[in-house]
Amino acid sequence: MTQHALAEQIPALRRYARALIGNTWAADDLVQDTLERACTKWRLWLTGSDLRAWLFTLMHNLYITQVRYQVRLGELGQPLSLDDLDVPDVQSAPVDAAIDLQRCLLQLPEDQRAVLLLVTLEDLSYEEVAHITGVPVGTVMSRLSRARHRLRDLMNAKAEKRTATERPRRPVENLRRLK
Amino acid sequence: MNTHPSRQVIDDELHACVDGRLSATARADLQQRLAQDPQARATLQDWMTQRDALRQLHTQLLDEPIPAALQASVRQTQLVRTSRQRWARWGGMAAGVVMAFSLGWFSNAQIGNSSGSRLAQQQPAHDFVRQAALAHAVYSPEVRHPVEVDAAQEEHLIQWLSKRLNRPLTLPRLHDAGFQLVGGRLLPGDTGARAQFMYQNAQGDRVTLYVGSSPVDAQVPGTDLEFRYSAQGSISSFYWIDRGFAYALSGHQTRQQLLQLARHVHQQL
Repeated sequence: MTQHALAEQIPALRRYARALIGNTWAADDLVQDTLERACTKWRLWLTGSDLRAWLFTLMHNLYITQVRYQVRLGELGQPLSLDDLDVPDVQSAPVDAAIDLQRCLLQLPEDQRAVLLLVTLEDLSYEEVAHITGVPVGTVMSRLSRARHRLRDLMNAKAEKRTATERPRRPVENLRRLK
Repeated sequence: MNTHPSRQVIDDELHACVDGRLSATARADLQQRLAQDPQARATLQDWMTQRDALRQLHTQLLDEPIPAALQASVRQTQLVRTSRQRWARWGGMAAGVVMAFSLGWFSNAQIGNSSGSRLAQQQPAHDFVRQAALAHAVYSPEVRHPVEVDAAQEEHLIQWLSKRLNRPLTLPRLHDAGFQLVGGRLLPGDTGARAQFMYQNAQGDRVTLYVGSSPVDAQVPGTDLEFRYSAQGSISSFYWIDRGFAYALSGHQTRQQLLQLARHVHQQL
C-alpha cells in the first residue's frame, strides 16, 4: 500500500459523497472524516484486501451515523430548499438535467440512494454493496429496485413539469410506488 | 402489495442486465422473454437511461485536483500507518536498530513521577505526542505550503479549526518570545480532528503547537497540570492536558527553550 494508492481513491470518494449529500462542502467534510477514521482504524484493515471497499464501508458508516444524528436534530424530513444545493453558474440544458437528477436523488431515502450510487457510480458488485452497507444481498436488490423505480417516477414528474406537456401516467407506475 | 410474485425476480434480472452483469446468452434469453412484456422492456430502457445519466453526474470531480486539506489527510493517514507498521515490526528489537527508522520511533524520555494510574494512561498520550512530532517533521520543513491557512486569514483559521475540533480555540501569541504565527492546518488523529499551528522566529526556526481532544479520558482528579517532555529523533516536544484538551509544542529547540515557550502558550489558553 502506498500513499499513491490511498490518494487514488479520493476522487471517487468525493464524487460519491457529493452525489449522496448534494452539497460540496458537506461532501468533502465526509471524505475528510472518512480519512480521519481510516487513520485510527488502520490496524483493522487487512493488507491486500480491497482498499476501496474498505474506505467506502467507513464512509457509509459515518454517513449513516450522520443521518441518524440529523434525524435526532429534526433536520431531515424538511423539504430541500434551493440554497441547499450547489447550483453551477452556467445554466445550460445538460446542467439543468444534472441539477434535476441530483434533486430527485436527494428525495430518495438514504439507504436506497446509497445502494443505487454504489452500484451505479462505483460499479461495485451486489455482494460488495451488501458488505459495505452491512445488509443481505436480497435487501440490496430490493433497495435497488425501489430506488430505480422511484427515481424514474421522480424524473418523469420533473420532465412533465418542465415541458408542461400532458402525458397520461401509466397506472402501473402508481402501483409500483406503493412497493 | 405486490400483485406480481415474480416481480422482484424480474427486477433482479433487469438490474443485472442494466449493470452489465449478465452473460451474452443470459442477456439474449432475457430479451427474448421481454418481447412479450412491454412494461418490463420499458423499465429496462428507462433504467439504462437513468444509469447513464447518473454516471455523468459530478464527473468533473474525478479530474479535479484533490483539495489541499484532503491531500494533507492522505499524507497523515499514510504516515500513521507506516509508522505503526514499523513500530510493530521492529518494536521488539534492539534500540540501535530501531533508531535507524527515526520516524515512527518514539523514544520515551518522559520526566515526572509515574503512579499506577498514570502508567495506564501513558500509551494514548504517547500516541498523541508521537503524532504531534510526526506532523512537525512533515510540515515544518515545507517551504511553499507549510500551512493550509496562513496568518493573514487568522480569523478564518481560528473559526475553521474551532468548528472542526468542535471547541472554541484560542490562538496563543508568541511575539514576546520572538515567534510569529505562520498559520495552521487540520490533521486527522487517533481521537478525532487535530489542529496544528505553526510559528517561526527571525532565524527561520519553527515550532508547532498541536491541539486535539485529550486521548486520555479524564485528568486524574487532584493532580496539577504538568508539562511532560518527550524526544523523537531530533524533535523535542512538551505536552500537557488541560480541561479535556491535549497540547503538544514541538521543535528543534533545546529543552529549556521549548519549556519556556510551552509555559508561554499555556498561560494564554
